[in-house]
Amino acid sequence: MMELRYLAPDTLDEAVGAFAKAGSAARILAGGTDLLVQMRSGMLKPGVIVDIKKIPEMTGIEQAADGGFRIGAAVSGMALAEHKSFGKVWPGVLEAINLIGSKQVQGRASAGGNLCNGSPAGDSVPAMVAAGAIVTVQGPGGRREMRVEDVPAGPGRTNFKPGEILVSFTLPPRPPGSSDAYLRMIPRTEMDIAVVGIGVSVTIKDGTVTAARVGLGAVAPTVLLVEDAAKALIGSKLDDAALAKAAAACSAACRPIDDKRGTIAYRTKVAGVLLKRTAAIAAQRAQGK
Amino acid sequence: MNLVTNNKWIGQRTIRPDGMDKVTGRAQFAADTTMPGMIWGKVLRSPHPHARIRSIDTSKAEKLPGVKAVVTSKDIVDFPIDKGAVMLGIQDMRWMCRNVMARDKALFPGHPIAAVAATTEAIAAEACKLIEVDYEVLPWSIEIDDAILPDAPILHEFNKFDGKPSNIAGRLEHKKGDIADGFKKADVIIERTFTTRPVHQGYIEPHACLISVAPDGKTTIWSSSQGQFMVRAMTAYLTGIPQSDIRAIPAEIGGGFGGKTIVYLEPLATLLAKKSGRPVKMVMTREEVMRATGPTSGSKSTVKIGATRDGKIVAAHGTFYLQAGAFPGSPIRGAAGCSFTPYDIPNLLSEGYDVCSNRSKVAAYRAPGAPIGAYAVECVMDEVAEALKMDPLDFRLKNAAKEGTKAAHGPVFPRIGYIETVEAAKNSDHYKAPLGKLQGRGVASGFWFNAGGESSAQVNITEDGNVVVTTGHPDIGGSRAGIANICAELLGIDYRRVSVIIGDTQTIGFSNLTGGSRVLFASSIVVTQSTEKIIQTLRERAAKIWEIDPEAVKWENGAAHPVSPNAGQFEPLTLEELAEKAPAMGGPIGAGVQLNTTGADGGFGTHVCDVEVDVDLGIARVIRYTAVQDVGRAIHPGYVEGQLQGGVAQGIGWALNEEYIYTKEGKVDNPGFLDYRMPVCSDLPMLDCIMVEVPNPKHPQGVKGVGEVPLVPVMAAVANAIYNALGKRFYALPMSPPKVLEVLEAPTQQAAE
Ligand SMILES: Cc1cc2nc3c(=O)[nH]c(=O)nc-3n(C[C@H](O)[C@H](O)[C@H](O)COP(=O)(O)OP(=O)(O)OC[C@H]3O[C@@H](n4cnc5c(N)ncnc54)[C@H](O)[C@@H]3O)c2cc1C
Repeated sequence: MMELRYLAPDTLDEAVGAFAKAGSAARILAGGTDLLVQMRSGMLKPGVIVDIKKIPEMTGIEQAADGGFRIGAAVSGMALAEHKSFGKVWPGVLEAINLIGSKQVQGRASAGGNLCNGSPAGDSVPAMVAAGAIVTVQGPGGRREMRVEDVPAGPGRTNFKPGEILVSFTLPPRPPGSSDAYLRMIPRTEMDIAVVGIGVSVTIKDGTVTAARVGLGAVAPTVLLVEDAAKALIGSKLDDAALAKAAAACSAACRPIDDKRGTIAYRTKVAGVLLKRTAAIAAQRAQGK
Repeated sequence: MNLVTNNKWIGQRTIRPDGMDKVTGRAQFAADTTMPGMIWGKVLRSPHPHARIRSIDTSKAEKLPGVKAVVTSKDIVDFPIDKGAVMLGIQDMRWMCRNVMARDKALFPGHPIAAVAATTEAIAAEACKLIEVDYEVLPWSIEIDDAILPDAPILHEFNKFDGKPSNIAGRLEHKKGDIADGFKKADVIIERTFTTRPVHQGYIEPHACLISVAPDGKTTIWSSSQGQFMVRAMTAYLTGIPQSDIRAIPAEIGGGFGGKTIVYLEPLATLLAKKSGRPVKMVMTREEVMRATGPTSGSKSTVKIGATRDGKIVAAHGTFYLQAGAFPGSPIRGAAGCSFTPYDIPNLLSEGYDVCSNRSKVAAYRAPGAPIGAYAVECVMDEVAEALKMDPLDFRLKNAAKEGTKAAHGPVFPRIGYIETVEAAKNSDHYKAPLGKLQGRGVASGFWFNAGGESSAQVNITEDGNVVVTTGHPDIGGSRAGIANICAELLGIDYRRVSVIIGDTQTIGFSNLTGGSRVLFASSIVVTQSTEKIIQTLRERAAKIWEIDPEAVKWENGAAHPVSPNAGQFEPLTLEELAEKAPAMGGPIGAGVQLNTTGADGGFGTHVCDVEVDVDLGIARVIRYTAVQDVGRAIHPGYVEGQLQGGVAQGIGWALNEEYIYTKEGKVDNPGFLDYRMPVCSDLPMLDCIMVEVPNPKHPQGVKGVGEVPLVPVMAAVANAIYNALGKRFYALPMSPPKVLEVLEAPTQQAAE
């Protein structure tokens, strides 16, 4: 039977070194709520596990002077929920992360794991895309930054180079009149996987949308940034015509599959429905209602 | 609604005897058991829906270090097809021996082909991969429509229907009057066809066992089941070990709902233990549970009901096709026998067809077959009431079965409580409450036979004057709490002084399995009779001490008293005092009774369901639910409500989201709780219960079975509510979001009728 080595380094450099050295047999462990499930089911048999939870940078939440946030890749949903200001600035990102699993799962599951797991249905990813988050990754070749939407390469795959580890998410400072929201469609009310998930971030000045981003999940091989939907919203007062246009853009962006979780027709239609609902919530929050 | 009685414990929500252990995690379920020297068993399962097994080569697996034993169908006792049925309860051992291990053919993906025991689970799994099976892959069918085609691939060539090899393994009919005549008298006739998907019982605890076979053949089985005697008998049949050598110890059970009334692992683990000389543990994964253990049938039903303008049903015809899975034995009896039973219908034909196809053999699921049939019948009832412009409950009242009604499946009803359930539903606050936008309300009724059967009990007074009751049925629904209430009531002592335990097969007399809503009905009869014997002994002991006639002693409030001052002036003798004096007064005090109990009356329920539909997403949510049921006598009302709520929760899952989904290759595509969507807590509102008590006159406490009826009406109640909300009827389950949205988006059809 294969041997499994478990490492829990205290520094990022050690982690990067160990991870790169072990090559394709190695896996990073954050909360483990995907990894351990995959190992138990026999899907994955890693030879080395590098636990990153002992590395301070991976588990810290920092708010910069300009109001932007830096969130360690392994910060759990519960830690983020308990942060005193994060949820006020990014209610949509927080609600997306807090939708993952149950209370028990929340104690462990991280946004980093959610992104690196590469599922097109990961809940926090569309919200991060809408937020315009930038990720910092570090590998044998040093540090670099990427846009969140550029991380997923397809179901279960990322665009990281061999040996690269996700270090943190950086969320930009928020101009006044900004907020965000995330909604997902699941047949149940919890403990389920998104059939469609959508994150919307808006900035509103005097009733008019001045900036918007839309992230759409579970309708294509990767989470999508839907620029056409954002364009339809920007400059509008979120009137019915603008919302219909944005909804149509979301439906048009869908490249879903028919599977046990939903049909193509269903996903395509629901993407539009959820755009309208999510935008309405984000706008309400942005206007302090 | 509760009967006025001055019972002290019967009817009380006493603390459940198993509660503390379950809440603190101390309860021992089947997978919690270990033994020194224990090894692990794993099953190699067929990847094909249908394949002839040309050969199996286990030699490489046997050579793998750590492997201690391998078994195949050669090791299982064969029950040849042509020798005829060998029945154990409702199971035919000819099918059971082929279900636990495929013989000449693999009949579904997941069908066991071989089993291995090794020092670790991982080695056992590795060894399974080394077993070489030469399959001749055959065409297959899963859905009823495919399986009954004239050129369908036949699972069992020996099975003939209409003289030809067929997958239809049986037909059953119940008939009353003449339907052709009856329909001629009808002013309104509605006929509809419905389909339901297979759904799993969804018990949280996977099948598990630990089995030790000593060199002298003495076998001990720890396993989780709905009947340790069933486990013993099936294992004896399939391994050839006599029943007297098998001690089957029932573990605490983590849900069964009918699905644990047959065995899967025990015969295999026994044979592996016998071959290896080591105790063997086997625990199924959830995926194995979903692929290879019995869900209930998927179905296709056609129901036609005719009524006169004044609301009287004059004729009804139901045809119910149920998937049996790989072997004959779908619950057509429940579908054909129960669905029309709430109604007094002069002309009725109810037919059931048992259809084999390449999926796992079905197992019992809460009122087997009845919910499937009731779904179709109760939806058509709703349409007929609508066509007649009658309130659906008034329509049911007008046609309700009552004392003296002859049911098509045979019995003439004694005093039953069906009408009371409809009236209570009608008078409920729920039925009168206003509805909001996109909300709708539906009602439906249901019936289940209930059962009696064999039960044994032993009641012993401990030396310190307390009580231990042993019965032989695994407690799934609260029977220990109910028995404690009854025994304490009869003895006039605090219920906490009565310990109720479930005996193993070698310590208590034969007791039939936990199923058919029979356990509290049957076991309270034998416990009552045993306790009455003990009371008689206690009176005799007091009489002896007081030197008076036993007839002059009465038992009251936990003590013997003289019946009157004339009998003598004596201080009462308590149970403790009599227990203390027992050695000198004739020895230990205890009594046992064994009976084949009769007199179980059927049960009726009527449900009211409100839904709200999100029409853009196609999500129907149940927002209010009331289950009304004639429960006979609620010995432990908390547990009775638990049964009602549990049944409703399962029915809502069946109605809205649960289904087996198959891949193009004929394999289950959702073998886990993520994609097999049972409701979670937040999906359901508080499920309200109204317990109507029409006591069963043939039972000492008035008990009727309560566990199965509450699943029967649910799917129709939900479907009728969705219709009421949307004005669109659904004829297929589940009414899941994509399907609801599809119907909502479909161009409105011009009614062709
Ligand atoms: C019961 C249950 C319910 C769930 N419900 C949901 C849900 O509702 N929505 C949802 O989106 N998900 C859900 N999930 C999946 C899972 O919880 C989430 O994807 C979670 O965010 C994963 O985070 P983690 O920290 O546990 O990741 P891990 O399991 O630790 O890691 C996931 C993957 O990412 C890799 N990885 C982790 N961190 C890094 C890093 N810093 N750099 C490089 N690679 C890394 C790991 O090697 C692994 O391959 C559920 C899981 C369970 C068990």
